Amino acid sequence: MKTGYVIRKNEYYDSVFLMRVAKRLSEQKGILQAAALMGTEKNKGLLADIGVHGEEISAATPNDLILAVQADSPRTLAAALESLDLWLHPEPASGTLSSIHTLDEAVARQPHANLAVVSVPGAYAAREAQRALEHGLNVFLFSDHVPVESERSLKEYARGRGLIIMGPDCGTAIIGGVGIGFANVVRRGPIGVIGASGTGIQEFTTLVHRAGSGISHAIGTGSRDLSDAIGGISALSALEALESDLETKVIAILSKPPGPLALGNLVPRIIQSPKPVLSCFLGLKDTPNANISYGAARTLEEAAALAVQIATGNPPARLHADSPEFQALIHPERAGKKTGQWYIRGLFAGGTFCYQAQQVLQDAGVVVYSNAPLEGNLELPGPLRSVEHTLLDMGADEFTIGRPHPMIDSRLRRERILTEAQDPQVAILLLDFILGFNSSPDPVGELAPAIAEAKGQAAKRGGSLSVVASVCGTEGDPQGLQQQVKQLEEAGVVVFPGSAQAAQFCARLAASLREAPHA
Amino acid sequence: MPDKLADLLQQGPIAINIGVQDFAESLQIQGVEVVRVNWVPPAGGDPELLELLDQLL
Repeated sequence: MKTGYVIRKNEYYDSVFLMRVAKRLSEQKGILQAAALMGTEKNKGLLADIGVHGEEISAATPNDLILAVQADSPRTLAAALESLDLWLHPEPASGTLSSIHTLDEAVARQPHANLAVVSVPGAYAAREAQRALEHGLNVFLFSDHVPVESERSLKEYARGRGLIIMGPDCGTAIIGGVGIGFANVVRRGPIGVIGASGTGIQEFTTLVHRAGSGISHAIGTGSRDLSDAIGGISALSALEALESDLETKVIAILSKPPGPLALGNLVPRIIQSPKPVLSCFLGLKDTPNANISYGAARTLEEAAALAVQIATGNPPARLHADSPEFQALIHPERAGKKTGQWYIRGLFAGGTFCYQAQQVLQDAGVVVYSNAPLEGNLELPGPLRSVEHTLLDMGADEFTIGRPHPMIDSRLRRERILTEAQDPQVAILLLDFILGFNSSPDPVGELAPAIAEAKGQAAKRGGSLSVVASVCGTEGDPQGLQQQVKQLEEAGVVVFPGSAQAAQFCARLAASLREAPHA
Repeated sequence: MPDKLADLLQQGPIAINIGVQDFAESLQIQGVEVVRVNWVPPAGGDPELLELLDQLL
């Protein structure tokens, strides 16, 4: 194995672009690992961890690009490093650099702007967001690692001026039919959304669309907004705006359980709201909250169905876990399982899906290990080895620092599928696939060969492996929902429209295998 | 009442993108007017120098 690197002084590229460069490079024959990173201290530490260091790397600044490659031969390595320009400028459209370097210049160019989309590294994010607010712009703040004190101060400043900070750590919003960040193409309609998590908003809005209704606006708040440290400042602004929005007839609030203070702020506002408001606080032990008059949903699917029912007067058709149709799906998946083969391994791209699946399994009496455990579940001793039933949030920091997020690049999940398939006690793999703008162009295609190989390994042992998946998306998404689902079905995967249903299916199947394995 | 947020909902986004270029592209694909800022870490990425500059300006 040969390792090398090149450094480009004063060439800054954004992290998503560099993830794609690293992804494309690592797919080349003979390349074992590739990293394309700016020269921050954290990134230099990551490179040192994989054995890449040197004087030039030590001297690199956050404005300098470092491309590091491990290859199977000196020749492959040299070719990769010499062709750096090819990797950096493969797409003419994305290579078009703006001559505008500051927010001040941008506002001068477009004085009617009403939104700043900010996704700079966390250390600079609060500074750029504050400047945008001072220019009278609402802010969609994708960046994470923003200190909580900065978040509170930004949000108080925004609220005092009639503006909102969506974020930090905001992945998704839909404003007047326009998807911002990781969003799906959904029909416009009467349902307004306030959501703390990007994938939570994606799941809810796509399920509403697939049930025949639509979304007026979906406003992200960032994951910490309903904590007591922030007190739901952005959620309150969003609620007020949706209450006065003519298109919005029903409002859904999606979040992890709020802190007691934040909930105390929110509940009286919900009770007074002139519009029906429903909540889905994932991870609560019990269904809350009698005070919320229009209902509290336990899962995002229930929330979407309830919202559609309130908005249209008709409950959408759903496949219930107790229905004969659902039960009929279980029987064929029992075939070929061996005694003692009953464990579930969930490998999630969406953190909210991992969280929700834990709740569903917990409700079914199944305790799981996780790297991001729900209260009452067990902390996985280390991220690299699964134990018994394990659900992994593969978008968590321990998997993604210095590496592409699984919504962009499936490599880590691909490798993990094959690892899990080697364990003869594993009966079920549970996966999520997330379509929409800015996600991988073919998330199922990237994993389908690994799924086939995993099933093949189980068959060679004389057993069988069930693969269960949900696909979050619509037919209007760039990846095409039907095309993605078809690929999964052809690979023998049991596919559900929603992630909660997929988890319910796994719980039922695992329970039936434990009771009476079908050899 | 967050009036500027209400304006955003009513008018739809007119955006300034600072950071990930893909986000600007996906907005433009949807017909949104976007001004792209070609952002680089200020003060050469030196946090101490940046703090000093912010105090001076």
